[in-house]
Amino acid sequence: MQDLLYFFQQLINGLTIGSTYALIAIGYTMVYGIIGMINFAHGEIYMIGAYTALIAITGLATLGITWLPIVLLVALICAVIVSSSMGWAVERVAYRPVRGRHRLIPLISAIGMSIFLQNYVHLAQGSRNIGFPALIEGGFQLGSEDTFPLSISYIQITIFITTLICMTALSTFIARSRTGRACRAVSQDLGMASLLGIDTNRIISATFVIGAALAAVAGLLLGMYYGSVDPLFGFIAGLKAFTAAVLGGIGSIPGAMLGGLILGVAESMTSGYLSGEYKDVVAFSLLILILLFKPTGLLGKPEVEKI
Amino acid sequence: MAAENIKHAFFCAVITLIIAYPILGLNLIPSGAVVSLEGADGSTIAAIIAAAVVVFLFQLFRDSLMARLGFLSRVNPLSGREPMPQHKRARLESWLLTGIIVLALFWPFFVSRGSVDLATLVLIYIMLALGLNVVVGLAGLLDLGYVAFYAVGAYTFALLSQYTGISFWMSLPIGACLAALFGLVLGFPVLRLRGDYLAIVTLGFGEIIRILLNNWTHLTGGPNGIGGIPEPTLFGMEFGRRIKEEGNTSFHETLGIAYASEHKVIFLYLIALVLAVITGLIIRRFMRMPVGRAWEALREDEIAARSLGLSRTAVKLSAFTIGAFFAGFAGTVFASKQGFISPESFVFLESAIVLAIVVLGGMGSQIGVILAAIAVTILPELAREFSDYRMLVFGAAMVLMMVWRPQGLLPMRRIHIELGKQG
Repeated sequence: MQDLLYFFQQLINGLTIGSTYALIAIGYTMVYGIIGMINFAHGEIYMIGAYTALIAITGLATLGITWLPIVLLVALICAVIVSSSMGWAVERVAYRPVRGRHRLIPLISAIGMSIFLQNYVHLAQGSRNIGFPALIEGGFQLGSEDTFPLSISYIQITIFITTLICMTALSTFIARSRTGRACRAVSQDLGMASLLGIDTNRIISATFVIGAALAAVAGLLLGMYYGSVDPLFGFIAGLKAFTAAVLGGIGSIPGAMLGGLILGVAESMTSGYLSGEYKDVVAFSLLILILLFKPTGLLGKPEVEKI
Repeated sequence: MAAENIKHAFFCAVITLIIAYPILGLNLIPSGAVVSLEGADGSTIAAIIAAAVVVFLFQLFRDSLMARLGFLSRVNPLSGREPMPQHKRARLESWLLTGIIVLALFWPFFVSRGSVDLATLVLIYIMLALGLNVVVGLAGLLDLGYVAFYAVGAYTFALLSQYTGISFWMSLPIGACLAALFGLVLGFPVLRLRGDYLAIVTLGFGEIIRILLNNWTHLTGGPNGIGGIPEPTLFGMEFGRRIKEEGNTSFHETLGIAYASEHKVIFLYLIALVLAVITGLIIRRFMRMPVGRAWEALREDEIAARSLGLSRTAVKLSAFTIGAFFAGFAGTVFASKQGFISPESFVFLESAIVLAIVVLGGMGSQIGVILAAIAVTILPELAREFSDYRMLVFGAAMVLMMVWRPQGLLPMRRIHIELGKQG
């Protein structure tokens, strides 16, 4: 019984982390699906989202506003606006001029952007790790205290629900809206879509903005969950989210969700049963193995090499 | 048209304000568990507003500005010049290189100890960059975990000297070969991946190596690292004041000169110089050999190269292994120079710096890479206040280079032989 509860505890922790990975992974997968590049700076966009949320929360606290729904809403809106603008600007400055060149050129440009943004925040806000207030505290426990209690905190529930809402909204948007339809068309065939009168530049910008907005949501949620942020916060999370995107099949949105959840659970099982130190090793090994044996991921479509 | 322009320019200016103000203009001040918010000083705010105005004006007059800049590049005096004949250029280059090497041989005897130490570091970076240049520049394989092979070289020497007492000279080939073996073993499965996937896999590999070094405490000392790594000896002569190992003699006593701590620093510098020159020469040979041409052929057009009978795996693997070999080389020198290594020295940032050197110098070009290594290592030391901004500038420079000049500052020229004029 106790072992089972311990297992479920790890499962819940894993799903919590995994759902935020899924939110970040959407940004990688959508961009890859449309222009076939790895947006290496996406992790930094997520980190900037977390910082902006923290700045907004602290600002509101200074003004004396502490009513939780308002604080969360304002922090969310600020984070989404700043991150989306950042996503738009990054695409405009670093990716659009090199679009369509040799594969490695946009990637190197993205790595440069990632280093730039990391140091931008580092110089502006210092390299120290800054405490993020736990706005949503408490939780409930199942099982008695003397054996192993299964605890689910309210922040974990918030993370689940928010992720669910975002994912549903995104799926509806992609499936129903005019822009969503254009996104699908562009990802199938960019040249053809452009011939049929779709403003592809606008659609690509929209993709970056959507990905950045979801990353900002993840930034706020994970900031509260972990309780601190620092400028390197985005680097590892970005790599993990990329792993999640590849695991699920890069280019596929349901794949990103599935990959995120699997990765989160795999990590939390590693820290639960082996050692917390090796959870990153497991994530990266998973990435390497997937790329070697099933580069299309779980839900991805095989890419045919045309001559 | 004009209204459209103004709208767009205004939009860009607003975006600039949104991305600059919250992060730059509002500073989080942590004091204990409480975080407070503080507005930045007036000059920062003024700079943010100025940036927005510049963006607005640039976007407004973009078309006419671009037209004028395009005109400027057309009247570039260099573009119309007759290129120097190949044999003349090659001769000039080799004279120049010989001159630089001779200068570098005598230079450390006239300058301070600190600058010699820095120069040794520059040489280590040159070795790393020349090695990575084979992988990224010539073979076109983006390796983001290059630092892992550097770590293998450094840790091989540190562990061997700790457990078996092997000397630097014995360890140099062992470390380099072990790094090459790592490259071979890693490269074999991953090299069939496409370019960008390969980059991420190598990045993951680099992180795995670092995490293992950090956690394998009983072997590597974990985050505490390994200290007491011996310095190289010259034919059994040690450079310390006292002899550490049985059977060795000391340098200053053998030569009958007074002990000076500079000897050791200069000796290390000279070793690094010789090894860097060897690295450069070997890679130069490789570039002219069939395998070197195969690297470039595969980089330029994989399908064409394969249909001409090149084995993709063999060619890529050779580049990867050779790159790893020289990283191991550099790692051994680094361990010996520092006397202490820890996983801190082998983070992703280090890979990114070496990559930045290769990209800035011009992928494939040896002289470009050497000059870039010197500039990237020395500039932050010359201007101390600049060193905080170092990585910021590198990141921006990488983006700008990719946008404007992806071939690098001194792009590579293909080495070819012209037939002499008959008669």
